Amino acid sequence: MTGKYEMVVGLEVHVQLKTRSKAFCGCSTSFGDTPNINTCPICLALPGALPVLNEKAVELATRAALALGCNLHPVSIFARKNYFYPDLPKGYQISQFDQPLATKGSVKIDVGDGERSIGVTRVHMEEDAGKSLHDRYPGATAIDLNRAGVPLIEIVSEPDMRSSKEAGAYLRTLRQILQYLGVSDVSMEEGSLRVDANVSARPVGQKELGTKTEVKNMNSFSGVERALEYEFTRQSGMLDRGEKISQQTLLWDANKGEARVSRTKEGSHDYRYFPEPDLLPLILHPEWLNAIKASVPELPADRKTRFKDEYKLGPEDIDKLTATPAIADYFESTARDSQNPKAAANWVMGEGQAALNISRKSFDEFPVRPADLAQLIKLIGDGLLSHAAGKQVFAMMVETGKPAAQIAHDSGLLQVGDDSALDGWIDEVLMEHPDEGKRYFAGEKKLQGVLVGFVMKKSSGKADPKKVNQLLASRAGAG
Amino acid sequence: MTIPDYTTLTATALAAKIDSGSVSPTEAVDASIARSKAVVAGSEGLNIMLWTDNDLARRDAAALADGMKRAGKGGRLAGVPLAVKDNIATLGLPTTCASKILAGYVSPYEATAITRLREEGAIVIGKTNMDEFAMGSSTENSSYGPTRNPLDVRLVPGGSSGGSAAAVAAGIVPVALGSETGGSVRQPAAFCGVVGVKPTYGRVSRFGLVAFASSLDQIGSFGRNVDDAALVTEIMAGVDPKDSTSSSARVGSYRDQYLSLASSPMPLDGVTIGVPKEYFPENLDPGIRSLCERSVDVLKSLGAKVVDVELPHTSLAIPVYYIVAPAEASSNLARFDGVRYGMRAAASSLREMYAETRSIGFGPEVTRRILLGTYVLSAGYYDAYYKKAQSVRELITRDFRNVFGGGVDALFTPTTPTTAFAIGAIADPYEMYLSDIFTATANLAGVPAMSLPIGRVGGLPVGGQIIAKHFDEATMFRVAYALESALGGEAHQ
Amino acid sequence: MAVTQDDVRHVAELARLAVDENRLDHLVAELNGILQHMDVLSQADTSTVDSLMNVPVDSTPLRSDSSGPLLMATPRESFAPSMKDGLFIVPRLASHEDASDSAP
Ligand SMILES: [Mg+2]
Ligand SMILES: [Zn+2]
Repeated sequence: MTGKYEMVVGLEVHVQLKTRSKAFCGCSTSFGDTPNINTCPICLALPGALPVLNEKAVELATRAALALGCNLHPVSIFARKNYFYPDLPKGYQISQFDQPLATKGSVKIDVGDGERSIGVTRVHMEEDAGKSLHDRYPGATAIDLNRAGVPLIEIVSEPDMRSSKEAGAYLRTLRQILQYLGVSDVSMEEGSLRVDANVSARPVGQKELGTKTEVKNMNSFSGVERALEYEFTRQSGMLDRGEKISQQTLLWDANKGEARVSRTKEGSHDYRYFPEPDLLPLILHPEWLNAIKASVPELPADRKTRFKDEYKLGPEDIDKLTATPAIADYFESTARDSQNPKAAANWVMGEGQAALNISRKSFDEFPVRPADLAQLIKLIGDGLLSHAAGKQVFAMMVETGKPAAQIAHDSGLLQVGDDSALDGWIDEVLMEHPDEGKRYFAGEKKLQGVLVGFVMKKSSGKADPKKVNQLLASRAGAG
Repeated sequence: MTIPDYTTLTATALAAKIDSGSVSPTEAVDASIARSKAVVAGSEGLNIMLWTDNDLARRDAAALADGMKRAGKGGRLAGVPLAVKDNIATLGLPTTCASKILAGYVSPYEATAITRLREEGAIVIGKTNMDEFAMGSSTENSSYGPTRNPLDVRLVPGGSSGGSAAAVAAGIVPVALGSETGGSVRQPAAFCGVVGVKPTYGRVSRFGLVAFASSLDQIGSFGRNVDDAALVTEIMAGVDPKDSTSSSARVGSYRDQYLSLASSPMPLDGVTIGVPKEYFPENLDPGIRSLCERSVDVLKSLGAKVVDVELPHTSLAIPVYYIVAPAEASSNLARFDGVRYGMRAAASSLREMYAETRSIGFGPEVTRRILLGTYVLSAGYYDAYYKKAQSVRELITRDFRNVFGGGVDALFTPTTPTTAFAIGAIADPYEMYLSDIFTATANLAGVPAMSLPIGRVGGLPVGGQIIAKHFDEATMFRVAYALESALGGEAHQ
Repeated sequence: MAVTQDDVRHVAELARLAVDENRLDHLVAELNGILQHMDVLSQADTSTVDSLMNVPVDSTPLRSDSSGPLLMATPRESFAPSMKDGLFIVPRLASHEDASDSAP
């Protein structure tokens, strides 16, 4: 029955910027410290304290806005958003309002049915609030202001998404871009990325939008998708029953898998915005803006295309190998050093990823450096290591961080390829297995494999099987 | 030994004595403490000082003496007792803005202005009474009772910096700090017969000044004469990385300029002074009018060219001020919620805690302005009130720009429409607001302005106001110093 | 525009001020008394200005990210009305759902 209706979604994403100090004071932004240890007269809103804007926050916000293809405004203005809440020390949030940092950007997504562009309405700077702990002490709420004043950007999308899948794709693409830019940790668990969703349902084909509700409190991307489905189904049901949808805020409960209406009165939100008199307008000078433009690194989309052209990889491999800047960088150096992209790709996605999944580390902290993996790939390519031996060597590299060649040598896994040694083993094998020998030289070619097996066994794996085959074949030819 | 002429000694003279070693910082502090006790002991009690710590002041004096021994000299305010308005953050003494909501609050950091004055040897001897959160023009809106005018205890000292003006007038300190939002230094200076200065907006750091209306607030100084007030201004002035609105425009030596002209018979030669007719309305007190006319004649005699000018939007200043200031105040005072510091009313729910704390903690005038300010910012009224007021504010600023752009260097006006009025005389809020009618314009435009005594009417002091261009304190002080010198004793008769 | 009782209730609610009902009329009268003097502004011709649209010259100054925190002479406990384990303590909210309000 929901087939009759179309989902319309717009997302508001709050992203914590990766600065050392807060937006308007010098306090540390580090996560999980002793409560209120990272607070000062300014972020405690003590009487007489004043804000001064953090240069790095402006730089990161600008980089993000540029990467989202936004127009950056030469003049943006901070305003006060006034409301009372115990974790909002000043009684107002400093946030850009009617003159934001940037507007009119877009994010390209693809959910299988081709590329779609989702509009980004605006990117503006603001400060985070503190944390309210409601369940720590009975009958009381405890306030930790370490997070109060941490710089955020709010990225507001157009209502351009038509399914929870598209919303998920938008969020994953956005997170990947922000990761590539290095402007944020973008971790929903640690709260450095937060999502509010505006969702409405309308009869398929209808132009004008239906009444939207706001869904908050999701703590994962899949949670967002589930919440959207839940709310869309609820609204569709109401439309079917001819009921009127009221504009309201709902809070997603991941455990119950349902969204409850927030009990905060509507209309109680009269934020009385006005320009922040403690700060001047933020002016971005062209030279400075160009410098930031120049500092924007290669973005996921461009990197994907380049991987396709340069390394001739398939789409699945490319997606895996560009998932994060770390894995992409790791793969690229390995591919370059080894001059064997295909092998590099297989090792990185296979053994490499597997090892990291166990250690729960990321490629930039992986003990095996690209140069070492490249060396290993070379050894195998040159036939000095069997693939099986290669895997053993790699395992030891992960443990010890030693270079491949050294491990291969010390552990005696290098393959022996010189004829004299191989002939010696072959003679011994023929002596120990005269019957198979006779039958082979009499023409029972299928026994060659068996004999090679004996040789490998005798050489305890060191013999190069290709060569052994050649030598046996040539003896048979001669005999 | 004691300092016989302490109550009339200027800061510069006292600092010189202390620097030369003929008087010790401790003696200066003790003289101030003695005088403070004396005036409090007066029949009525002037209620000037809210918070003092004599031991702390004496410790600072001793520490300063040691420092001077080591350095071989003191600062420009060596050992000078300084009284500080209770809305400026000081270490070791409460900073309550004369409000119950900050009862007992001691700031863990110090205002930049205080740091700079202490580096020059000033010794903070106490925090002075004021209208709660600087909202008032009489110092009657203090939760600790009104301050009385040292010249006549039945009268108000003016406000909101009434305590600091009275402290200087009563001889407790040679210099004091106040704060201005709409005339809160100049008006009490006029009422108490002392000099009061409001620097250009952005000239003195606001860091540590408890915000009332951030786009208007400035720390100002009181002195027994122009020179002292100029010295204190000069020391506080200059950019502060902690205040985004403080200006990096360079600070000249205000004193050098007028002192170099001191011997000249025509110290205002080449200076054009405008007299705006809007500041001399029909109903202006005749005594005040004639004293202003006398001052204008004196200015002419000093070589100044005097011209009539117009500031056509002057009459809109008070309406604009009483929209902009309460609007900003309603937001600035939101932080007083009982969560992190200050007073907290017992309550069972958060909502109740907020409402009770703020209703008990704020007095009637503060409550009135928070309601007014919240109203003019609230949905549906923002454009009609706040936005419109900001536009008219720009018109008022242009009035000044036009006049100063037309070759005028400074303006001369009365500081107030009346002399000090009786305690309890003005009940209607708006009538009280009108006592800022000649002063609020300078705050709205951000230009520097000051008041100095120009004579008396019915035995009560009258202030003359000098207004100058943005960051041209030098010319303002040059005119004030010349006028003060020429008037001599007549300024106090 | 005249202020009504409901306006005052709404504004008091926004400002977290408790005004008791029997003082409401008084406050309404007072605020209207003040606001009537503001009406002259509506007649002022501001077509030539929009102060909020003025093109500014100076940018707000920027602080280095590595500028350390401002130190305090006394600990938070010295001025906090109620602290436990380094946390500021306030009465429990009616419902944590209000917590959603704190999301900026
Ligand atoms: Mg936000
Ligand atoms: Zn801080």
